[in-house]
Amino acid sequence: MYFLLFIYPYTLHNYFTLYTLLKMNKEIKNELVDFAVTARKYKTLLTPKYKLRKFWVNPNPMEVHSLIPGTVVDIFVKEGQFVKEGEPMLILEAMKMRNLITMPFSAKIKKIHIEKGIKIPKEALLVELEK
Amino acid sequence: MSLKKNILALREKKAMVQKGGGDAAIEKQIAMGKMTARERIVALLDPESFHEYDLFVQHEERNFGMDKKELAGDGVITGTGTIYGAPVCVYAQDFTVMGGSLGLKHARKITKIMDLALKLKVPCIGINDSGGARIQEGIGALAGYGEIFYRNTLASGVIPQISVILGPCAGGAVYSPALTDFVFVVENISKMFITGPNVIETVLGEKISQEALGGARVHAEITGNAHFYAESEKECFEQIKKLVSFLPWNNSQKAEAITPVAPTFKKNIEDIIPADPKQPYDVRDVIKVLVDKSDFFEVQELFAPNIVIGFGRMDGETVGFVANQPLYLAGVLDCDSSDKASRFIRYCDSFNIPIVTLEDMPGYLPGVDQEHDGVIRHGAKMLYAYSEATVPKMTVILRKAYGGGYIAMNSRHLGADFVFAWPSAEIAVMGPEGAANIIFRKEIMEAADQDAMRQEKVQEYIDKFANPYVAASKGYIDAVIEPSETRSLLLHALQVSQEKEDYRPAKKHGIPPF
Repeated sequence: MYFLLFIYPYTLHNYFTLYTLLKMNKEIKNELVDFAVTARKYKTLLTPKYKLRKFWVNPNPMEVHSLIPGTVVDIFVKEGQFVKEGEPMLILEAMKMRNLITMPFSAKIKKIHIEKGIKIPKEALLVELEK
Repeated sequence: MSLKKNILALREKKAMVQKGGGDAAIEKQIAMGKMTARERIVALLDPESFHEYDLFVQHEERNFGMDKKELAGDGVITGTGTIYGAPVCVYAQDFTVMGGSLGLKHARKITKIMDLALKLKVPCIGINDSGGARIQEGIGALAGYGEIFYRNTLASGVIPQISVILGPCAGGAVYSPALTDFVFVVENISKMFITGPNVIETVLGEKISQEALGGARVHAEITGNAHFYAESEKECFEQIKKLVSFLPWNNSQKAEAITPVAPTFKKNIEDIIPADPKQPYDVRDVIKVLVDKSDFFEVQELFAPNIVIGFGRMDGETVGFVANQPLYLAGVLDCDSSDKASRFIRYCDSFNIPIVTLEDMPGYLPGVDQEHDGVIRHGAKMLYAYSEATVPKMTVILRKAYGGGYIAMNSRHLGADFVFAWPSAEIAVMGPEGAANIIFRKEIMEAADQDAMRQEKVQEYIDKFANPYVAASKGYIDAVIEPSETRSLLLHALQVSQEKEDYRPAKKHGIPPF
């Protein structure tokens, strides 16, 4: 259970789990762990917020993610299609604004992970590209 | 005879308004597990000390049928009273009157009592329990919020400002508490957020409860918006009273001293800290040995527990404590703990409260998340706050004082008046393992048995630098002291610092890394 929470990105929609963890933390006895600061390891307790910190993942340029939560209003591309840099890919409506998401570079559309009309959170995988 | 009649009429009029939103609304409030606004004021202030003003203020809105609505006191109770004899101005939003919604007149009652507090130079306490802006009044409500924020800012650092969240506090309303010095929250009752669960569900499609989004626990532990967390309203009021007892009325005074009582915590100070610098302990135990009556009043206990802040008394006088907490995250400095401590240091400096810093920290928290969250910007706040402070500043180095952390934790170089170190102190640019790896890299690489050589070099570094005497030889610390001497030395340092004056260049204001 804890392991799952660890790898989960710290976005708004997992405040749920964070809150659950807070509630659990009241009852669970926190245990001392080895904690490395530079070259030395210290025995110490961890905080819930630390346990749920965001892990750094190197961004994959072939994946297009959402920068803000919103609704997919329109998709202009198809899987397998070759699209040129700067051409429209989809419209993501967020905060009453229709944001046009364009191709970051010329590439083939490998897979579309969304469909028209659905709501998506921040950092959701939208489209996979291939050269 | 006619005066008698007038008096009776006044009594009747007052009784009408004092009922707030009426019996049904009061019953609903009680059913939610909440006290009424009037009960709260009575519970907070000294008995019989509350005096109410602006009881008959009425709103002037004419649209949307508001002209036919009479709102008791326009939904807020304002007045003056005392807490343990100390004068305070207080306001409490009344949820039973149109959901405690804020209209222009409601806001003007609040700004009037805030102006009074600033003129009288006494603390101002606001009890928030409001559904938000009164939509019928439109821009009038927004103007009201703005006028409150403006006064919060003017009063900041002049009089203590305390916010108590005892109900919803959403949208623009959250910014008045955020601008004040201390925010109190109560489990299951307090709810604070900018955009509520409904908006989040519409925009994100995510369902989340009010409690999970912005409940008391969330603000006390995750966001750091709240400074005090209580299980019940009663406990909350006791916390407020205790806090007020530690504070001066305004920034031109010192907090009232009480008759000193010796510490009652019976643990031997030498037994609290393990000799092995890698082993944790609760630094609050050290504070309890140092303060009068062993009474330490912790602020933001749940948020960033890797640093401990709070008030205690020494020789009867209020002292602010800032201490690294090795029990959590090895006592490192990170974004949250820097934020937490630097605001507290500035608070103490504003209100003439001397600061005692207890240091035992291995450095800054390593991690991409920390760097990207701006640990440089947040960490700089600590340097700013300590350097800026002109109140008496004392530091006791208990064990580790490595690298940038050594500088940040009120070092001599940032203007500390007294720096003491226990013989167990290690004052160095980094931990022995890391330092040996760098300085002796060549020797270690070339050795037949690298591990043995590394051990040897680490030991060499420990012998040379992992002690307080290098710093003492340069005058960066004033005295190496026995742990048992700590309280008496701090008492002495505070005593001789009574008349301390320290000047800073004249300026409009500095530009701290907010």
